[in-house]
Amino acid sequence: MHCVVTGGNVKVLAKAVHSLSRIGDELYVEPQEDGLALRSVNSSRSAYACFLFAPLFFSRYSIPNGHTFRCKMAIKSVQAVFRSLATLEKTVEKCHIELDEQKDRLTFTLHCKHGLLKTHNLSFQDSESLQAVFDKDSCANVFRAQPRLLVDTVVHFPASLEEVTVSVSDERMWVRNHVEEEAEQSKVMLTELCLASDEFDHFAVKAHSSITFCLKELRGLLVFAESTGLPVSMYFDEPGSPVVLSVTDSVLEGNFVLATLSEDPNLRKNNSKGAHTQPPPPPDDFMNDDIDSYLIAMDTSIAPGPSATGPSTASLADSTCSKQSAAATLRTKTHREEEEENTEEDETDDSERPPNKKFRSLFFGSVLPLSSQMSTQPVMCQEVLASDSEDESQVE
Amino acid sequence: MPLSTQSQSDDEQYVLVASLDNARHLSNILKAITFKDHAIFTATPNGLKVTVEDSKCLQANAFIQAEIFQEYTIKEDLVGFQINLTVLLDCLNIFGGSTVPGVSTALRMCYRGYGYPLTLFLEEAGVVTVCKINTQEPEEPIDFEFCSSNVTNKVILQSESLKEAFSELDMTSEVLQITMSPSQPYFRLSTFGNSGNAHYDYSKDSDMMELFRCTKTQTNRYKMSLLKPSTKALALSCKVSVRTDGRGFLSLQYLVRNDDGQICFVEYYCCPDEEVEED
Repeated sequence: MHCVVTGGNVKVLAKAVHSLSRIGDELYVEPQEDGLALRSVNSSRSAYACFLFAPLFFSRYSIPNGHTFRCKMAIKSVQAVFRSLATLEKTVEKCHIELDEQKDRLTFTLHCKHGLLKTHNLSFQDSESLQAVFDKDSCANVFRAQPRLLVDTVVHFPASLEEVTVSVSDERMWVRNHVEEEAEQSKVMLTELCLASDEFDHFAVKAHSSITFCLKELRGLLVFAESTGLPVSMYFDEPGSPVVLSVTDSVLEGNFVLATLSEDPNLRKNNSKGAHTQPPPPPDDFMNDDIDSYLIAMDTSIAPGPSATGPSTASLADSTCSKQSAAATLRTKTHREEEEENTEEDETDDSERPPNKKFRSLFFGSVLPLSSQMSTQPVMCQEVLASDSEDESQVE
Repeated sequence: MPLSTQSQSDDEQYVLVASLDNARHLSNILKAITFKDHAIFTATPNGLKVTVEDSKCLQANAFIQAEIFQEYTIKEDLVGFQINLTVLLDCLNIFGGSTVPGVSTALRMCYRGYGYPLTLFLEEAGVVTVCKINTQEPEEPIDFEFCSSNVTNKVILQSESLKEAFSELDMTSEVLQITMSPSQPYFRLSTFGNSGNAHYDYSKDSDMMELFRCTKTQTNRYKMSLLKPSTKALALSCKVSVRTDGRGFLSLQYLVRNDDGQICFVEYYCCPDEEVEED
């Protein structure tokens, strides 16, 4: 693998890495035929982001012949390569990204002004492909806005605010800070902004709904969108199903998939007692198997072949495996139902990482080509375990 | 100058009197060597030298020439004392160390001799504060025996280019490796951290390179923790001279220009971490 990025594109790449660092601690790098994919997922797997840089983004793009290569590395170490973001545009003329398979090193070489050459040899780990399963095209509500509009909107919220709620009608969008139900009413301040549909480039609402998701990741995407000047698109259905934020250009595509909170906390409590009273599941083929519509399940599935690496095909990935995983999540849920009230595990969950409990996890397919299927079988099993919330508490 | 109106008779008892219109000229340069509390002050008719040491492996010197001071009177050839540098800096900034143009703290620094405290008269906007800081028995600074005749490699760089490198250095690396060579890679800074290694190569023809005089390929490692304080000096400076001698000892000399365009020097000496085979 050898990629060369020149001029202003170095900054675009650097900004992408920085906005991915708002999501998770690891960067998944996958050189694909349709471009270089950089991905990240957060520890509770409730947020996922992917940037795909098309071969045209690079002044040179060659990928390993004959075999697929994937790796993951600490995102901090990649960030360190592009540390001086502000001066990057002025100082860096060219960036080479090369893979040294003998030494298992990914080398970033920055050719800077004044003849300064910066070489970073980063170690990496092999990894399976990271692929969130989402289908933004089937979403009922679609918006597109200039980044400025969204930046000006989120600037009103304090940095400490974790979640925002977005509500839509035919003509308007409201953005307000999400208030925890446990919060003391007398101390709560509510901030709400109303955006008219004509402020958007595109405003299509089919379902009047209200979703709540984490602000941190949105901010991360906005940093990228603002610096590249790309409009941000937003896709969502109902509470509980993921919201997709994306930026697109002729040479790059960025998708941020964030879990959303279920509609009504009281309703949610009831739901966990009797899941069958849930509102009808989304029309997604897989989601039919999922009894908790607010639970965006997570999965590690083995795809039938390398053709299933795209997001749209992945959502329809091998149904047998998907069903198995749905069963796995169902098992977890049943377990929770039985011991919902006072298990130790739930208590630790509550105290240490409340968002996990609310957001549960996103549904992921780990898509592997058939060739590597056998060797990675044990890993896959572990991955299924990882989707279990019990395992998360063990990691803590 | 209210501070200079003090009676001459008062001054006669001091062996050292130094006055500055702007105390920040002194405090700034002292900050560049503040990594340990204790500093050795050595005053000669040429000026003031302040020395700070760490672990017997690192020494930093700040030189403030007599000309920097508006008044500089010394009655002996050599006046030496040791003082708590952190306390001194706190006193110099006792009015808050405002950076607003036109507002500055005037300083008059007096020392009566062995056993007496260092007395600071600080004045800002008509308010005078007198600080007395106890002095200690001066220790003998380590002689690193670094002499220019033994220098094998020397480069002078504009600080700008090194600042960038030092701000990006991988601090998870225990050492900073400096390679200087008459051939490729000429001048290289390397780190070996948790996530891999990184090299910064400066071409000898770069317009940031003011002087390149390397006679022999040398690769030496220096403890990152020891070199880290030198970034403060780097940040203040406009030029830096990097030299190594035959033993691999490192000398970093920083040329610091203050607001009035006057020049001071800060110097760091550092022992190499271990022997590295030359390739």
